[in-house]
Amino acid sequence: MTEYGIILFHNTTSAMQAEALLMRASLTVKLIPTPRELSSDCGISLRFDLTLKETVNKLLESAHVNIAGLHSLTGK
Amino acid sequence: MIYLDNAATSWPKPKEVLHAMTDFMEYSGGNPGRSGHRLSISAARIVFNTRELVTELFHVSDPQKVIFTANVTQALNLALGGLLKPGDRVVTTSLEHNSVMRPLRALEMEGLRLTVVQCGADGRLDLESLRAAVTQGTRMVVVTHASNVIGTILPIQEIATIAHQAGALLLVDSAQTAGVIPIDQPALGIDLLAFTGHKGLCGPTGTGGLVIGERVDIANFEPLIRGGTGSRSEFEQQPEMLPDKFESGTPNSVGIAGLGAGIRWVLSRGIAEIGAHENKVKEALIAGLLNIPGVIVYGPKPSEMTAVVSCRVKNMRVSDVGLQLDDNHGILCRVGLHCAPAAHKTIGTFPEGTIRLAPGIFTSLDDISVVVKALEKISVDHD
Repeated sequence: MTEYGIILFHNTTSAMQAEALLMRASLTVKLIPTPRELSSDCGISLRFDLTLKETVNKLLESAHVNIAGLHSLTGK
Repeated sequence: MIYLDNAATSWPKPKEVLHAMTDFMEYSGGNPGRSGHRLSISAARIVFNTRELVTELFHVSDPQKVIFTANVTQALNLALGGLLKPGDRVVTTSLEHNSVMRPLRALEMEGLRLTVVQCGADGRLDLESLRAAVTQGTRMVVVTHASNVIGTILPIQEIATIAHQAGALLLVDSAQTAGVIPIDQPALGIDLLAFTGHKGLCGPTGTGGLVIGERVDIANFEPLIRGGTGSRSEFEQQPEMLPDKFESGTPNSVGIAGLGAGIRWVLSRGIAEIGAHENKVKEALIAGLLNIPGVIVYGPKPSEMTAVVSCRVKNMRVSDVGLQLDDNHGILCRVGLHCAPAAHKTIGTFPEGTIRLAPGIFTSLDDISVVVKALEKISVDHD
């Protein structure tokens, strides 16, 4: 079992902005359909390995990417 | 064939633009921002990538404030219709295209107070006349960056200062300049920048946008249309966030993919270099035309204009010249009023219009020699 971090967004543009930012920092991230248990404005969310949480947070904050929330999720 | 109608739409397009569009259709054909599968995400990435390229092009920081529209006309209509209310005072120039003039005249019927500042016969705007017209409390100043009829470039930074001193927003129509003249939106003081994708930016038709600056109050900015955005789907009200508020409905993703490739091509080629090439061919064209006794050339000094040259052959209908250029010489241009009656009244060519010769990045000096010889022949044969 891997612990995932899930970033929720208000819109697709913010999701794209976050993905581009984190990929440019060579982090492994994946856009996924927003898990239904996490209500969101946007149909897609960004999944990453939870061990990267601090780095991800810092990068998003410094680039002023607008996010709707950050959750953790256990998955396969 | 020599294509001199780049002011209407640029042609040919760089191969990269064509490839980006076929690649999009083949490999990324999903609906961006609607679904979570790979084709939808791939499409959304391409749309976002173009949004980022627009921010790079105009030196702005926030890709969310880049609103894609079907063309510059829609972007201008969005800014005018979305922000202006009856009773607002608006100042524009006599050089404007109907994409600005018609929505303003329609708003005037609803109570907008419109002042049109008269430009000179060479299209130049007297800043003192503008200053006198832009009284305190004016809501918006709307100007073209360069005339689509005679190429005259307006001094945007000075106009911005006058607008801002009166508390007005500045809306600029960059249809003839984006990709040809460097535009640093914040440095120039442009609050709303409307652009087209299919002229200087080398993208396909059906693309354009509005870049919204810091001083614009989004809460009091109404969208032109409302509908699905792929966001806040549980609500029946239009979302306030950008760009969603102004981008309802499935976007022209394949066009936006092509626009991205066009902007990338322009940026790698260098706007200054593109501008320098167009200036070189424009100057050769004007010099050649001035040497033909039977031709009248309109416009300001070559250094004060883009590569949009208007002329007439004395005692000949412009439509006849246009037909001869096409049929007998393979030279393609536009004749008539170019959707800007006010500009033609300003330069004294209303209602007949002019022959508009608009070279582009792919026009060579050899092409210009052929064009000048052709016009000389048409003019002499007619005499």
